[in-house]
Amino acid sequence: MEALALVLALPLLGGLALALWGARERAGDLNAAVSLAAFLASVWLTLIVVREGPFTVWGEWFFVDPLNVFLVTLTTFVGFTTALFARPYMRIELDHGKMTGPRMRLFHSMYQLFIAMMLVALTTNNLGILWVAMEAATLATVLLVSVYRTAASLEAAWKYFILCGVGIAQALFGTILVYLAAERAGGGGEGALLWTRLAEIAHLLDPGILSLAFAFLLLGYGTKVGLVPVHNWLPDAHAEGPTPISAVLSGLLLNVALYAVLRCKVLADGAMGDGLPGRMMVGFGLITVVTAAFFLSRQRDVKRMFAYSSIEHMGLMTFAFGLGGPIANFAGLLHMTVHALVKSAIFFAVGHAAQKAGTQVMEDIRGLLKVSPTVGWGLMLGTLAILGMPPFGVFASEFLILTTAMRELPWATPFLLVALGVAFASIFGRVQPMVFGETALRPLAHPPALVPVFVHLGLALMLGLYIPPWLNTWYEQAARMIAGG
Amino acid sequence: MESLLAQTINLFAVALLVLAFAMIAQRRILTLIHLYTLQGAALVAATLVVAHLTGQHHLYGSAILTFVLKVVLIPVMLHRVIDRLNVRWDVETLFNIPTTMLIGIVLVIVAFNLAAPIASLSASIARGTLGIALACMLLSFLMMIVRAKAVPQVIGFLSMENGLFFAATAATAGMPMIVELGIAFDVLVGILILGVFMFQIREQFDSLDIRHLERLKED
Repeated sequence: MEALALVLALPLLGGLALALWGARERAGDLNAAVSLAAFLASVWLTLIVVREGPFTVWGEWFFVDPLNVFLVTLTTFVGFTTALFARPYMRIELDHGKMTGPRMRLFHSMYQLFIAMMLVALTTNNLGILWVAMEAATLATVLLVSVYRTAASLEAAWKYFILCGVGIAQALFGTILVYLAAERAGGGGEGALLWTRLAEIAHLLDPGILSLAFAFLLLGYGTKVGLVPVHNWLPDAHAEGPTPISAVLSGLLLNVALYAVLRCKVLADGAMGDGLPGRMMVGFGLITVVTAAFFLSRQRDVKRMFAYSSIEHMGLMTFAFGLGGPIANFAGLLHMTVHALVKSAIFFAVGHAAQKAGTQVMEDIRGLLKVSPTVGWGLMLGTLAILGMPPFGVFASEFLILTTAMRELPWATPFLLVALGVAFASIFGRVQPMVFGETALRPLAHPPALVPVFVHLGLALMLGLYIPPWLNTWYEQAARMIAGG
Repeated sequence: MESLLAQTINLFAVALLVLAFAMIAQRRILTLIHLYTLQGAALVAATLVVAHLTGQHHLYGSAILTFVLKVVLIPVMLHRVIDRLNVRWDVETLFNIPTTMLIGIVLVIVAFNLAAPIASLSASIARGTLGIALACMLLSFLMMIVRAKAVPQVIGFLSMENGLFFAATAATAGMPMIVELGIAFDVLVGILILGVFMFQIREQFDSLDIRHLERLKED
């Protein structure tokens, strides 16, 4: 209970403190320190859950179980490493004149608030609060996307706000419908939207209402996940915002949105019992993977390209969770972890590369290996990892997803293989000349922070070669929860 | 008396729908804000009637919240924004009203069909109005699509939120209070951010025309 209070309060207080001192010279250090403290608190929380099992606190308003504690740890960990990366990165942006004192303050305080809101969304037991926290997390990042005040960044932020606003409104309608069903099944009142209670009475919920509710919820939270056809905001917001924000949007926000979909799926599955929610997710996931792979091949901006790659991977996870069953859910969770680690590592490397080149256009970034071997290798290894090369963890999870798909949905496998092939060819073909070859890039004023890149890639490598038994049981427990057991 | 009051809920629901149509057909920004304020007032009245009929006391709280937010605070903020941006008398010309209205009618029929099976399951007195709430949402959505200026898009967004709120009151005697407070807070912060945004857009493009924001396209 104290651990959960710390996990939630630290980023919140950090955000307030940084709203006051965020423009100071050492604000980046404070930002990293708060994120580290939140990470340590979440490790403590994890140990408690491992020892004592899931629990609810504060009148059942918050709860912790294997599924969300795993995402809490991932969120605070990537939050911490991104803060480490942001320290020199934002200082260079300040030197280049792209940031100013007030904008640094906005960046630092909103960064912490964003992390805090995602943690609230993950740990709340109330579907209504989940919605409120998801929307608040969006609001915290909108002004960060437009922080450079260029025409393109304003457009990206406007799209982000309006499209996600419309999307999340659908999710609210879905939540209202769930409440309507809950009222009929077990009476209304303050506790009617508590997930743990809804999960207990899921079989009593009206299947007709729940099927419509899940359609709205999937479309609504799916907008945040970046599912095609409601993905348009995602590449713009990733490409035009500061790179630390691209890293946490891709690595964390999308996961949290998918988590919201999963919680709703458990309820809908319990009510309907005919697997329709799973089939809807399989359909959306498949369309997303294929569309994203083909859009990806046409990009010229490096951050846009990797944003489309995020859409593709989120589609793959949605597909995996849609298939259901212990193996596919396990693969989906593993993929969630490795994608978050690898994709944020790639954004760190790409951020520094773009800073050196002064552009995000891939044709103008050449020969990174000559200027900075660490950035070059970081980008190359990250790219190989995200493309699913063994021995990285992405290979393991994609392999599991594909084999399950072959067994349960044979017709879908060729689509997935073609999409993965197209993505491989286009990303590798673009990144290879960026890393190798001749160069005309300038050196940077501050040494870049590349420890996070290699720590993330190292973890992804470890997950590909060897999953520790305690992590394995943890994944299996979480996978069972999603399967509704 | 009770049944008469129950009828008035339908009356306010219809007022919401008519106002949503009026917004779609309105070219002048100032009138749009007036219509939005009226819609908020109709929402407050409907909530009060439901609160009285069902005896759910927390609905009075949500009616007060709606009044403060949607009849006072947000319209005042919108008026200040359009004054400061000097777009008070702006008229939007580039959209086809009759076609939009026809699409709107189709949307209403779709909404009623979607809501019909669910409305019959609702225990609430105002169950017939769920279709109207959904229709209001879809109409505001349509408004956001066809408008090219920033302020009407924002008003469309806000009026969609009105439709949602009405769905919550009509179908289920109101969401838990804490959730409603959270939603209200999000809406308020959202409108503040949009206000900041409109100034940034104006500063950058010398106009509030969203068509300037179409550079980021897949080529």
